[in-house]
Amino acid sequence: MREFSYHRPKSVADAAKAFGSKPEARYLAGGHSLLPAMKQRLNAPSDLIDLSGIKDLKGIKVSGGDVVIGAGTTHAEVAHSAEIKKEIPALCVLADGIGDPQVRNRGTIGGSLANNDPASDYPAAVLGLGATVVTDKREIAADKFFKGLFETALEEGEIITAVRFPIPEKAGYAKFAQPASRFCIVGVMAAKTKSGVRVAVTGAGPGVFRASDIEKALSSSFSASAQLPAASAKGLNSDIHAGADYRAHLIGVMAKRAVASAG
Amino acid sequence: MALPNGIGASVRRVEDNRFITGRGTYTDDINRPGQTYGWFVRSPHAAAKIKSINAKKALAMPGVIAVLTGADMVEDKIGGLPCGWLVKSKDGTPMKEPGHPPLAVDRVRHVGDQVAFVIAATREGARDAADAVEVNYEPLKAAVDATAALKPGAPLVHDDVPGNLCYDWEWGDKAKTDEAFKNAAHVTKLKVVNNRLVPNAIEPRAAIGEYDRASDRYTLYTTTQNPHVIRLLMGAFVLHVPESKLRVVAPDVGGGFGSKIFHYAEEAVVTWAAKKTGQTIKWTCDRSESFLTDAHGRDHATEAELAMDKNGKFLGLRVHTVASMGAYLSTFASSVPTYLYATLLAGQYSTPAIYANVKAVFTNTVPVDAYRGAGRPEACYILERIVENAAREMKLDKTEIRRRNLIPAAAMPYMTPVALQYDSGNFAHNLDVGLKAADYAGFGKRKEASAKQGKLRGIGLSTYIEACGIAPSAVAGALGARAGLYEAAEVRFHPTGTVTVFTGSHSHGQGHETSFAQVVSTKLGVPFENIEIVHGDTDRIPFGMGTYGSRSIAVGGVAIVEACEKIIKKGRKIAAHVLQTTADKVDFEDGVYKDKASNKTMTIAEVAFTAYVPHNFPHDTLEPGLDEQAFYDPKNFTYPNGCYVCEVEIAQDTGEVSIASFYAVDDFGKIINPMIVEGQVHGGLGQGIGQALLENCVYDQQSGQLISGSYMDYAMPRADNLPSFNVSTTEVPCTHNVLGVKGCGEAGAIGAPAAVMNAVVDALAPLGITHLEMPATSQNVWSALQSANKKAAD
Ligand SMILES: Cc1cc2nc3c(=O)[nH]c(=O)nc-3n(C[C@H](O)[C@H](O)[C@H](O)COP(=O)(O)OP(=O)(O)OC[C@H]3O[C@@H](n4cnc5c(N)ncnc54)[C@H](O)[C@@H]3O)c2cc1C
Repeated sequence: MREFSYHRPKSVADAAKAFGSKPEARYLAGGHSLLPAMKQRLNAPSDLIDLSGIKDLKGIKVSGGDVVIGAGTTHAEVAHSAEIKKEIPALCVLADGIGDPQVRNRGTIGGSLANNDPASDYPAAVLGLGATVVTDKREIAADKFFKGLFETALEEGEIITAVRFPIPEKAGYAKFAQPASRFCIVGVMAAKTKSGVRVAVTGAGPGVFRASDIEKALSSSFSASAQLPAASAKGLNSDIHAGADYRAHLIGVMAKRAVASAG
Repeated sequence: MALPNGIGASVRRVEDNRFITGRGTYTDDINRPGQTYGWFVRSPHAAAKIKSINAKKALAMPGVIAVLTGADMVEDKIGGLPCGWLVKSKDGTPMKEPGHPPLAVDRVRHVGDQVAFVIAATREGARDAADAVEVNYEPLKAAVDATAALKPGAPLVHDDVPGNLCYDWEWGDKAKTDEAFKNAAHVTKLKVVNNRLVPNAIEPRAAIGEYDRASDRYTLYTTTQNPHVIRLLMGAFVLHVPESKLRVVAPDVGGGFGSKIFHYAEEAVVTWAAKKTGQTIKWTCDRSESFLTDAHGRDHATEAELAMDKNGKFLGLRVHTVASMGAYLSTFASSVPTYLYATLLAGQYSTPAIYANVKAVFTNTVPVDAYRGAGRPEACYILERIVENAAREMKLDKTEIRRRNLIPAAAMPYMTPVALQYDSGNFAHNLDVGLKAADYAGFGKRKEASAKQGKLRGIGLSTYIEACGIAPSAVAGALGARAGLYEAAEVRFHPTGTVTVFTGSHSHGQGHETSFAQVVSTKLGVPFENIEIVHGDTDRIPFGMGTYGSRSIAVGGVAIVEACEKIIKKGRKIAAHVLQTTADKVDFEDGVYKDKASNKTMTIAEVAFTAYVPHNFPHDTLEPGLDEQAFYDPKNFTYPNGCYVCEVEIAQDTGEVSIASFYAVDDFGKIINPMIVEGQVHGGLGQGIGQALLENCVYDQQSGQLISGSYMDYAMPRADNLPSFNVSTTEVPCTHNVLGVKGCGEAGAIGAPAAVMNAVVDALAPLGITHLEMPATSQNVWSALQSANKKAAD
């Protein structure tokens, strides 16, 4: 890790201001993606602006048919939230399957989304449930937020403040974990929402994507016995843990499991 | 009356208190006055020429003290890292031992090879400066896979080693074996790869080099399993410093699994640099570095054939193995795929003719050396896999084919055709116990139940034997070892009756401080609490060959017993003097000396006190003090053996393998601490299962970059990958050591891979699958299922 200056602002506005005044600033949330990268010197910010002192970024609210989760909410808080369990149990399942207890106690939903690791879990929830990413500047629809490998629609210095999930009729999440990292080889969120069926796949490709063929098949019958079309291996990732064809196959298996578990 | 906490008691480990409360003292916990920090510049290439090194920028950075390179070592006439075992090719020529400079000179040969050493006031400063050292490389083509490296035209790892061949060695009777194959009713063939592993001790390696100008003495604190061996190798071969001027301390060490046996370049560099720069220098490896520099394990490719008569009786075994050595010969690398491997190919069977040919090959990868089991897991895996394939081909039950071939207990001691003499063991009994525990007979029902849930179920066995307690020096010497393999101990009574034991064994997780104290408590009748075990410091311990090859209790423990015997003998003389009788009339039992005639007694503590307060000792016949040393060289290896039974379930939709049950029956001879032994078995099984299902060291075949270079890609076994183990022991005492012990450290890692993979293949066999390489990841199993289904459809 290289040397850096550390700041701990109390408000979103102060954080944004601090960010703007430094040459190579970075926000710090749970630090569970950023700090490992800094330790390996893949990342060497001049200034770390710790968001953990900002109260406005914390907490879970249910209102008007939405579940709103503050960007600084940890995976463990989501996993154990009784309110979320009632409205979108699939989100609890997802959060509970991220990393290990230490990671869940530190890592945040905002950090995970801003990072947009192609094998991470949350992007599947945001895209699959048709959520809205709320920032200090604007609101970004899920379909516009993810831009592929570690890229998002966030602009330089823009802060995610919350994520708004419309409560679906039903949703389920299933993950096939990579044996070493336990990130996703394939993670599928399948949801029956007011605006139709949405199926989002993470881990399989260079970024989270919607599986439109499977959405179509599930639109006529959102059930585990529905005949799902085979996913194509084209464009999917291939590495020492799983080839593209295996990932394509797993998309089908995980989609079925997600639907079967939907609640 | 015997004391509690003696031999056979499950005494809680005394060392755990400091370990689990964070009070252990590991090398990195030690901070010496004025200490500076070192960081290595390492090669980013698998193979390259070093055209130039420019340290100007680095030297100008704040706090930077020095940047040292291979050229500086050459100038100081520093030697290369030695290999401790000479293996000869079948034509009689000695193995190729290319130079192994501690800092590269002109060439780098694997990603991670040491190129320069930066010393600075802080660790991060040293690292910053290391980044600023400019090395101009001319990248070369790399030889990565060992089999490919043997092919004509493959890039050469060392210009002076033609064909990358270190040696082409053979063992066993070739003519007799070929003859057996001629007479065979059936031959089973199997090609297997023993996957390369990264050891991953929880504590990364570290070293502190210190030099005292006043005494002209060096001290090296290091993460080693055998400080005296490091002192010898580093002193005599690398730095040319006499042992008397060199102290090596191995304080608490957080796991080794073999990877901390070897003398590593970093140890020599920090020690040499300490004198050269006048600084005390600490180097601590980070995890990424440890993936790139700790010696790896396994990495064999083998073709095996088993000849049988029509009844499935084994007639002969022929094995051809290609073993990767990596870029240089690590300390014991040459012995692993030879004397620790081919000598075990008889296993538990009475196969009369065995022949093995092993080609050891240099590749542009991290050196490969002993890793938990070292050679014996590879032998066990080949043998136990081929036996179950043979059973399937001969339409015999996997237990029946074993029963027809197991060496009967009555045949002990048994001489195998690969030069080992098994002293004891009741293999058929272990098999019976294992099958009963695992309810082998009920497997069919469980398979049906799994099938109802869409799962394939398989059962696999492994009947392993290993040669441990390494080893008789005479045997090792005859086979090319350049060191003896005895162990040393000193037992010192203090005047008030407490005892300090100095052992040449080293504990890095095994619990010696507990089990050795139990042995001494029983032997001397001293309360367990009054016994202190000291290890890991060449200035305190008389001598030592260290801990590996499950040798600590079987060699180090016996050395302690021998020293205890000398103590008892000396004490008897003192007691006789005090009790006014002669030594032959004095009995010793449970810590009490008794004059048989008068029934007068004296405790050993009283004897010790007298020994140090010898007011009326007769000068010429009785020496004061009670402090004895012993060196113990065993007569033979010990032969732990057992039977493992594993059941797996395979999910057909994902290919995921899960272990449904695992039963281990081990014969470790006499057991000192059942709890510790159980823990050792659990750990070994965890590593064996890790190898079978998860762990895989993967290099890019073109570039030689380590792809599985972190925990993001190297899958370590975790608790939820493992079943709740059912372990038990059968005790057939070793016949040639006084404790009757055989050792238990490696068994699990040796026996488990074959049991798991036999279960996996058993589950897949109905689909026509006869083999699957380790690790049986879901991807690998799914691919096998896909091709089997495709074949069935065609
Ligand atoms: C051992 C381990 C296992 C893991 N396993 C999983 C897993 O199975 N699945 C999974 O999905 N993830 C996994 N993770 C990643 C984990 O979930 C991370 O916590 C998460 O990806 C990042 O969240 P964070 O709060 O730690 O962010 P940080 O690491 O602090 O930051 C990550 C990035 O986001 C930026 N950032 C943070 N907050 C904001 C914000 N509010 N607005 C704008 N930018 C912001 C930071 O500047 C940084 O660039 C694992 C991590 C570890 C260490």
